[in-house]
Amino acid sequence: MCGIIGFMSRKKKMINGEKIALGLCSLKERGNGKGSGYVGYGIYPTKYKDCYAFHILIDNCPKFEKIKVAVENILEQYGTIVKDEEIPTEEGIIKKVHIPWRYFYEVDEKFADKEEDVIVDIVMDINDNIDGAYVISSGKDLGVFKAVGWPEEVAEFYRIDKYEGYLWLAHARYPTNTKAWWGGAHPFNLLNWSVVHNGEITSYGTNRRFVEMFGYKCRLLTDTEVVTYILDLLLRKHKLPLELACQTLAPKFWSEIDDLPEEERELYTALRLTYAGAMLNGPFAIAVATPAGLLFMNGEIEDDTVMFGLTDRIKLRPLVAAEKDDLLFVSSEESAIRRICPNLDRVWMPDAGEPVIARVWK
Amino acid sequence: MIPSYVPPKYTPVIDKKKCMVCGRCTIECSWGVYRKDGKRIIIYPNRCGACHRCVSMCPRDAITIIEEPVDWRSHPLWTVDIRRDNLNQAKTGKILLSGQGNTMDHPIYFDRIVLDACQVTNPSIDPLREPMELRTYIGKKPKQLEFEFEDSKIKLKTKIAPNLKLETPIMIAHMSYGALSLNAHLSFAKAVKECGTFMGTGEGGLPKELYPYADHIITQVASGRFGVTPEYLEKGAAIEIKIGQGAKPGIGGHLPGEKVTANISATRMIPEGSDAISPAPHHDIYSIEDLAQLVRSLKEATRWKKPVFVKIAAVHNAPAIAVGIATSDADAVVIDGYRGGTGAAPKVFRDHVGIPIEMAIAAVDRRLREEGLRNEISIIASGGIRCSADVFKAIALGADAVYIGTAAMVALGCRVCGRCYTGLCAWGIATQRPELVKRIDPEEGARRVANLIKAWTHEIKELLGANGINSIESLRGNRDRLRGVGLTEKELEILGIKAAGE
Ligand code: SF4
Ligand code: SF4
Repeated sequence: MCGIIGFMSRKKKMINGEKIALGLCSLKERGNGKGSGYVGYGIYPTKYKDCYAFHILIDNCPKFEKIKVAVENILEQYGTIVKDEEIPTEEGIIKKVHIPWRYFYEVDEKFADKEEDVIVDIVMDINDNIDGAYVISSGKDLGVFKAVGWPEEVAEFYRIDKYEGYLWLAHARYPTNTKAWWGGAHPFNLLNWSVVHNGEITSYGTNRRFVEMFGYKCRLLTDTEVVTYILDLLLRKHKLPLELACQTLAPKFWSEIDDLPEEERELYTALRLTYAGAMLNGPFAIAVATPAGLLFMNGEIEDDTVMFGLTDRIKLRPLVAAEKDDLLFVSSEESAIRRICPNLDRVWMPDAGEPVIARVWK
Repeated sequence: MIPSYVPPKYTPVIDKKKCMVCGRCTIECSWGVYRKDGKRIIIYPNRCGACHRCVSMCPRDAITIIEEPVDWRSHPLWTVDIRRDNLNQAKTGKILLSGQGNTMDHPIYFDRIVLDACQVTNPSIDPLREPMELRTYIGKKPKQLEFEFEDSKIKLKTKIAPNLKLETPIMIAHMSYGALSLNAHLSFAKAVKECGTFMGTGEGGLPKELYPYADHIITQVASGRFGVTPEYLEKGAAIEIKIGQGAKPGIGGHLPGEKVTANISATRMIPEGSDAISPAPHHDIYSIEDLAQLVRSLKEATRWKKPVFVKIAAVHNAPAIAVGIATSDADAVVIDGYRGGTGAAPKVFRDHVGIPIEMAIAAVDRRLREEGLRNEISIIASGGIRCSADVFKAIALGADAVYIGTAAMVALGCRVCGRCYTGLCAWGIATQRPELVKRIDPEEGARRVANLIKAWTHEIKELLGANGINSIESLRGNRDRLRGVGLTEKELEILGIKAAGE
């Protein structure tokens, strides 16, 4: 059991991070203080908006400097560190076992045609080969803030109210399968992908081995990581329209597919055949923020970030959606949404396996 | 008792108080164990192989069978089996033949693997209340899908190669018409049709009587090419090239002339009464390119409409061979483990050549993943799959589906007595004698075989539900749901699973 909440301003209005913290705090019941986290989109000043912002947890130990140098060595192989600093934190709230550090980073021009692959490689390289350093986010103009602690502790620790963004996702964790540590808290991020997840993926072994075949390495020991990689593979590499990518995670049942008109039947059968290893089994509700460039079923390409929520195909985890003007919310509980925005225009329960999608208004 | 150097392995014992000397056992037993002599039944225990036909048919329940009625001096090295084999070979001077799978006392890895179940954190799923999907597609899959858009309508650009659609991941293995009787084959064919799955012809061609079920039959092309005609290839749902067999890797097949009756001679296109010997290699395959060519020729011959599988015996370098097969146009690789049954195999091969199927599945699956090819080709595991738990574990280790052979025969009455090569099967399964063949009623046989498949299917659904999974593809290669008990670190590593408690 875990609590998730996310919202997006479809007008790209900037909203203070204290709002998301407020919502998450009312999901306390769904966590146990063993991990909370936030991701905000649009949070960085103009001069760094086009830089990759690496948020990296470095072990707070005597070897700190050494680890940091190792990280920088990897980064410098592929580009330039524009600026780096410790992420400001409030002392005395949680035990600082890691020092969160951020790098604003530009990829060298000679890698211009495969910039994103380079970033993925860097993330894999650091997480895999450097003991004591974990990349927790690596997108542009966004950042993940997470730690072991209650929602309000983590919010205060990272001074989340000092950031403003147009899209926020948050998660309160109740870890069951893996031990609690900072890197294991949500959101999970890769490039501009961020995922918060409530549930337990019973198909984890199948999914992990599927993404590993495409060069991803699952090292963070939680199943949400694998969801992030699947999304990256399907939407970025294989360029599946968002609706169909959701269909591969939570596919229609064969009995439903059998009843479709021929062309659609072929499409959905092909999807299940080709991406069987990407199907997520077990109870889940996820909220996801995506990079620009997502394809839709009608052929449109979104040149902005998209947020969507999705549950497993028999809805073993709750997800509620709501709207107020330009704001679209998804959350485990309606109460968390109402805490942020008491008067809503519309509240609804999405069907099992049906995505709720928020796109920037044009 | 007939005087013999070799003491009997089994002795039937008739309870005189129960027996009414009806003589039924003398007819039921096709091996000649019983003879009626006036008011008593004379028993020749040397001929008994414990096939239980007499036990099942005796109206008075008067017969019991005792194993090893004569004690041998026990010796750890000179086991009874070894001494018996030596005595038999001293008598005949021949290679010892045997039926059914490896009988050596090696670990059965399936039995050392345990399964997971959900508790609290993720709900188990109740298959009686929620959909539970076992549908499996066997065949080539594309690496990725491509789409095109026409007036904001999405269209699939990628063409999907023909796949076999299985409603349950259990198929019936290739056992040839010739080795098996027509009624056994008819029972299988009716059963697979009913269950939405498939059976293999084996290397003996496709008798006309099976044509009505041909859309559920996979035709085989083996080194003897018996019965291979354009019509044969065209008729089946898929084609399987048999390179090797788990029970006898490295050698071909042998059907004794006694089993080659008129119908079999017509189906196989060989003279009646002649031994049907398939050579060890295919005489047109001496390297992997040759195999790729044969795959392509068969595809061409059937206008790329039929999936083509390649079956190999599980041997040390099965993973490398599987990679070779995966890079050809083949749609599936079938791996046959050393416990796989056979009608007739030299005992020395059956017991000493090949590797366990569990290891082979794990190794092949891993290797295909390392090569990035696993998604594109299906893996069918066969040889020693005995129950639904074995199917479940085979799939979790990495198979797409399984073939069952012996288990399907057991459904027809087989007692795994291991004497299929004699052609005298008292259950009418591995025989061509009309009076024995008619002991199987194809309708009744089909019901029993279908029951077995359905029962396993139910059990697999329950196991999936307990694991919080509602679709079989989420089990495939999901080794995280398995744990090993009493295995060495190396064995666990090869199987790719953790030890219980980890
Ligand atoms: S079938 Fe049974 S009752 Fe009949 S003769 Fe044999 S042992 Fe006796
Ligand atoms: S098929 Fe017949 S001969 Fe072969 S093992 Fe079974 S019972 Fe014995």
